[in-house]
Amino acid sequence: MARDTIKGTFGVALGVCLVCSVLVSGAAVSLKPTQDVNKALDKKRNILMAAGLLGVNESAGTSRVHELYENIDARVIDLSTGNYTDIDPIEFDGKKSAKDPNENISILPDDDLAGIKTRSKFSDVYLVSDKGRIRKVILPVNGKGLWSTLYGFIALDTKDLNTIRGLVFYEHAETPGLGGEVDNPNWKALWDGKKAFGDDGEVLIDVVKGQVVPGNPKAKYQVDGLSGATITANGVKNMLRYWLGKKGFDAYIQNLHQQGVS
Amino acid sequence: MAEKAKDVVLNPLFNDNPIALQILGICSALAVTTNLQTSMVMSVAVVFVLCLSNTAVSLIRNIIPSNIRIIVQMTIIASLVIIVDNILKAYAFEASKQLSVFVALIITNCIVMGRAEAFAMKNGPKLSFLDGFGNALGYSLILLVVGFFRELFGAGSLFGVEIFSLANEGGWYVPNGMMLLPPSAFFIIGFFIWLLRAWKTDQIEEEN
Repeated sequence: MARDTIKGTFGVALGVCLVCSVLVSGAAVSLKPTQDVNKALDKKRNILMAAGLLGVNESAGTSRVHELYENIDARVIDLSTGNYTDIDPIEFDGKKSAKDPNENISILPDDDLAGIKTRSKFSDVYLVSDKGRIRKVILPVNGKGLWSTLYGFIALDTKDLNTIRGLVFYEHAETPGLGGEVDNPNWKALWDGKKAFGDDGEVLIDVVKGQVVPGNPKAKYQVDGLSGATITANGVKNMLRYWLGKKGFDAYIQNLHQQGVS
Repeated sequence: MAEKAKDVVLNPLFNDNPIALQILGICSALAVTTNLQTSMVMSVAVVFVLCLSNTAVSLIRNIIPSNIRIIVQMTIIASLVIIVDNILKAYAFEASKQLSVFVALIITNCIVMGRAEAFAMKNGPKLSFLDGFGNALGYSLILLVVGFFRELFGAGSLFGVEIFSLANEGGWYVPNGMMLLPPSAFFIIGFFIWLLRAWKTDQIEEEN
């Protein structure tokens, strides 16, 4: 086959495309199951970290994660009513759902503290039990930081549905060492015991610039800022205000208050 | 032959380093070198892609029509990169999460394309493979050097293991936040080039 003829050009192009597409699709299809297992495991690990069942730096194997996950009951709720739905939590993907025109709602710019534009009508929630009693409820949150949308989980104590028990982010692309410090175990530890809501139900949780002044009446609602990462820190604050507020999980939290956690 | 093979592998390390002398592939060298682990994974990915892309291009170099040669090279490189990306997602999930888009961006790394066009199109598969390997090593060398300094001074650790005890955890070392930002990689690469050219003076470019 001569080079640089029309026939030769088409022949080579076709051949290269065929071989490459077989290789690429072969790799993608054959590795998909392993990748899905990884993703699911990663999500479970983060839920367990938010639940405080898994240490922040603890590397747990697959079997340990599954064993601990026995304590977690995943459900999907309708955010507008706060009621549980029949949607299978294993199938539900909040990220995909937020982009699906059949399942999402757009957020008015004035309400859009988290900077996410659309969100799903539904959300997954996780009830964490210890010795047969439900102790914590874990709510997924997301919102814009400086460079990226941060995805994470916040854990609330079911005793008062106000005390925060943990906050973790499982996906973000903030600057390592600055905004990326949202992953710092020391910073994450600051959230435990903080109060999310004021006496009249207003969301008061705040990430302050610099350090929280102890003794300040607001200190129980405040977490130290991240130095050099004001925009990321504000993003964290705003996403919590959105998701815990009236447009977010409010209906669900009110339901839990009225009906108890069961 | 054996002598040439040795040159082909070793030259790109110091004599003709793709980053330090040819100043190619800088973008990823800034982006993924915040710590040693990501530098390492990125290096392995580039070694894999560059060796195979050079070999593949060299194997079909005599039948590639010259008017579509760049597209053919691109297709081969892109396919290899997608395969690497998938393998990382399956077997090195944590690392692939940190590297995010930068694995996919190997496609646009000028080193890969440059070697395919400049070397593999003119040489046999065996030498091309070695050339790919050598250039990928040259690239990796810089990545690891930069990653070493950035992680050590930016986070006080190496491969995530604490070396300097950090001030915010009660230690003595106040980490230099700038080291974690992309510009610091420029400084380190700059110093590297300076040292290299002080040692190998023939690399100094003549002033006009």
